Amino acid sequence: MKNLPLMFCGLFFALATSWCGLILSANIQYGALQPVAIEQGDTVYPQPIAGVAQQGRQVYIDLGCIYCHTQQVRPAGVGGDLARGWAKRGTVPRDYILQSPVLLGSSRMGPDLADIGDRMDTHTNYLHLYDAQLVAPGSTQPPYRFLFTTQKIGDTPTPHALKFPEGSTEAPPAGYEVVPTDRAIALVAYLHSLKIDYELPEATFAPGVGNATTSGNATAHP
Amino acid sequence: MSPFASLVASVDPRPDTRLPERARLSQIDASLRWPVVLFVVSGAGWLMLGTVLGLVAAVKLVWPDFPGIFFNNLEVLTYGRIVPAGLNALVYGWGNNAVFAVGLWIMARLCGTKVKDLGMLYVAGGVWNTGVLWGVGSILVGVGTPVEWLEMPAGVAPVLAASYALIAVWAILCFRYRQEGPVYVSQWYLLGAFLWFPWVYLMGELMVAWAPARGTVQALAGWWYAQNAFGLWFTPAALAAIYYCLPKVLGRPIRHYYLSALGFVALAMFTPWTGARHLIYGPVPVWIQTVSIAASMALMLPVVVTALNFHTTAWAGARDVWRSPTLRFIVFGALSYTVASTVGAVTALRSVSVTTEFTQFMTGYGAHGFYAFFTMAMFGAIYFMMPRVLEREWPSAILIHAHFWATGLGIGMVLVALYLGGWSQGVAMNDASVPFLALVKAMLPMNVLAIVGGLLVLLGQAAFMLNLLALAGVAAAMELLSLLAKASGVALGEEGA
Repeated sequence: MKNLPLMFCGLFFALATSWCGLILSANIQYGALQPVAIEQGDTVYPQPIAGVAQQGRQVYIDLGCIYCHTQQVRPAGVGGDLARGWAKRGTVPRDYILQSPVLLGSSRMGPDLADIGDRMDTHTNYLHLYDAQLVAPGSTQPPYRFLFTTQKIGDTPTPHALKFPEGSTEAPPAGYEVVPTDRAIALVAYLHSLKIDYELPEATFAPGVGNATTSGNATAHP
Repeated sequence: MSPFASLVASVDPRPDTRLPERARLSQIDASLRWPVVLFVVSGAGWLMLGTVLGLVAAVKLVWPDFPGIFFNNLEVLTYGRIVPAGLNALVYGWGNNAVFAVGLWIMARLCGTKVKDLGMLYVAGGVWNTGVLWGVGSILVGVGTPVEWLEMPAGVAPVLAASYALIAVWAILCFRYRQEGPVYVSQWYLLGAFLWFPWVYLMGELMVAWAPARGTVQALAGWWYAQNAFGLWFTPAALAAIYYCLPKVLGRPIRHYYLSALGFVALAMFTPWTGARHLIYGPVPVWIQTVSIAASMALMLPVVVTALNFHTTAWAGARDVWRSPTLRFIVFGALSYTVASTVGAVTALRSVSVTTEFTQFMTGYGAHGFYAFFTMAMFGAIYFMMPRVLEREWPSAILIHAHFWATGLGIGMVLVALYLGGWSQGVAMNDASVPFLALVKAMLPMNVLAIVGGLLVLLGQAAFMLNLLALAGVAAAMELLSLLAKASGVALGEEGA
């Protein structure tokens, strides 16, 4: 214990073995997973997200959504994830192979979002982002008003202009409308792309919580 | 003398062995005087900033619109930015600066070696703090990475790594040139900490930012880093401070000292395997989760060893502990280590983790380790170190009392709030018949209690900062005066000649 080189080696060895044991071996075990189809000839999953949704992912990251929302669903029989309708099955390593950085999250001040695209409505979502109190009184989600701009209503009303509830104090003055910025549009597109609506050989839908063909593909893309 | 030999001689930290022991010790203290002031003062500043940001985040959980009505919804103050910014200010701003100061000082004293003042520590310390400022600022404007504990942009990492190397090398040099004699357990812990941190940090940055692993292997690498940054850097540094200050102030040796080596080896062996404890039931292989759960359990071994060492020693000198400001903080930290580690082991169990994971309970666990254990131990060591380094007493005893009681009570309230609130949050979350909004609303009272506790903690830190600035300010003014006097004396002397 008194010899510096010997101690150096010992300290390094203690750390290096854990790195090999936990991370390197995990990488060898499943670092090369590929998308698969549940039956030969079917579409392979997971599918990459693209375009606006990919930009929205960056907005999700830079606003720090991960500090309140997980994107990992626990398997059947563990906690209340499936019973809450957060997804139809638990998530598995293959679900994440096309994502970098992965956004598992570690806090659920808000609900899990791994499958949010299957259960939300675009306009409600814009309102929810503008000020959560408008659609979910008592929510602790901060308002993201900076993702919206107030502008004069032109000849034709802008799509996605917010429809505030009757008598809301947040409604813009007459003749004006509140519209989402490009970042808000991208963020909502990303949220819509978050879907666990497919089965994998190692992860099929839990019995009794919906099935693949009906609810999975029914939700229209925004 | 060849250039190489003169370089070696210039870093050789051995003091003049002809001097008596006490004079040598004060030479060692003086050699670290201003670097220590730089690290402690900047660290305390980061600590207060981190605590303020954490408090703002806590207020926003009660009042989501909080700064918005005053600042029209500033994007930089949104919850998802201030949480990581605060965490990074605490970890790399306060935590690292505190370990640099306390760790280097204890290492130098125990090795009987002084740190040659080559100006390097000031430059490196300045660069480190600039790097942290850049990183925290980047997080606030939204160009950070979404990996907990590694949120700073990848470009900051080389800056931090380089300045770290220039600081930590002194600890290694001190150990290399240490005086003959037995090596004390604090030296092992510090040598381990100073060597582990750069390896862990560089591997973390590599796997997460520079050459990201695929899929959830990334998450494993991220948690491997976060667990080790706390468990192999802050934890051993704080344990070293407790092992050093406790017997030093009490004037009696650590009880059951022969066990301490076992504690060190067990900590080194088990900590690095605990990373996946944050991914229990998550999308990573089950065997990896099981390994980390087992390692978290095994980590109780060093916890029991340190508990035996610390608590029996403190108990035997309980009256002195109560009287010494240093030891109040040190023993608070030591007790917190035992309790927080036990919480850590229990919450790693699958049956418990299913309730506590993803809730405020784990935020409480983090606060327990960082604020109640590490930070309190560092405070104790700083209260002991500064008067020796500056050869000057703390200006106000009242401020020290205020610091202890405010932070102690404040942390207590925060922990009660987060543990109780988090537990009921987890129970409600697992019961799908409770609507999500209802469980969010039910957390309100505990979140308010956490704010009150956080305010007390901040108040205590302000008392510490005030005392520290007064102490360092007067010392700096006196140093400046004596330098001026010397300079004018030289000038006069020249005129006279």
